[in-house]
Amino acid sequence: MKIDVNGMPHDVEVTTVEEALQILGWGEQRVATALNGIFVPATARDSTALSPGDRLEVLTAMQGG
Amino acid sequence: MRDFYGVRLTTPMMLGTARYPSPTVMEAAFRESRASVATVSLRREGEGGQTFWDIVRALGIHVLPNTAGCHSAREAITTACMAREYFETDWIKLEVIGHADTLQPDPFGLVEAAEALCADGFKVFPYTTEDQVLARRLVDAGCRVLMPWGAPIGSGQGLNNPRGLRILRAAFPDIPLVVDAGLGLPSHAAQAMQIGYDAVLLNTAVAEARDPVAMARAFALAAESGAVASAAGPMPVRDMAQPSTPLIGRAWR
Repeated sequence: MKIDVNGMPHDVEVTTVEEALQILGWGEQRVATALNGIFVPATARDSTALSPGDRLEVLTAMQGG
Repeated sequence: MRDFYGVRLTTPMMLGTARYPSPTVMEAAFRESRASVATVSLRREGEGGQTFWDIVRALGIHVLPNTAGCHSAREAITTACMAREYFETDWIKLEVIGHADTLQPDPFGLVEAAEALCADGFKVFPYTTEDQVLARRLVDAGCRVLMPWGAPIGSGQGLNNPRGLRILRAAFPDIPLVVDAGLGLPSHAAQAMQIGYDAVLLNTAVAEARDPVAMARAFALAAESGAVASAAGPMPVRDMAQPSTPLIGRAWR
């Protein structure tokens, strides 16, 4: 399934946000997620299904002013 | 000092975590600044995110995540929700940018996002202008802190409209006010505090100084000096001279 992750195209065989994080190497990292511009809480990643063309954002802490 | 959503800050300094030459310099600058709040953000570039977050947490001060880079209420609301989960705080520095060059807030998107976030339980610190009507809308939305800009972010110009900032202070005597953005020199911080502001928020002025650690100390001293001066009650400004030496007993008169 082709999805967009942090602005980059990915072709992954996954069904949920949680599986996408695992397969893309974020499984053990502290991240925050949004799907198609809507916040996905960590507790909902397992139950949030992905569809072709979805846009997933995976963010982490960064310096800021 | 007025409290920030029930929190009484120990110093009037809020400091950003960006643009330092190294994490070590950033930590030292924070110590010297005596900042009681550190601002942080969320970004895609995830390398070292956890390490950075560990460093910030070890500072032992309040963390204020921002929505920097958001150009719509929707982006800002989503980013705020992500930040609340990641940084485990309901404080959010709400930025909705309306112009790419000046980084001026979009007042319409700002109010829209503030209403939604306040209703969702966030404690919103809106990055705004000194516009009094906009400030009223933000307070009506539920904001109990206002953070008007001194000048465009990162410009170092200081307080471009001190009269407007003074009017805002008079209009909102019970709301904590923070000059956020545009400060370049410690004297700018002192000026903001002298007119009765509750804190200053800065980043670039410290991080891009030749010696960030020394500049952090200079800002801490200036902010504290301005706060003490404000509490001490500055004399009124006069158009004409008024001799300080008593006139009584003058010779040759």
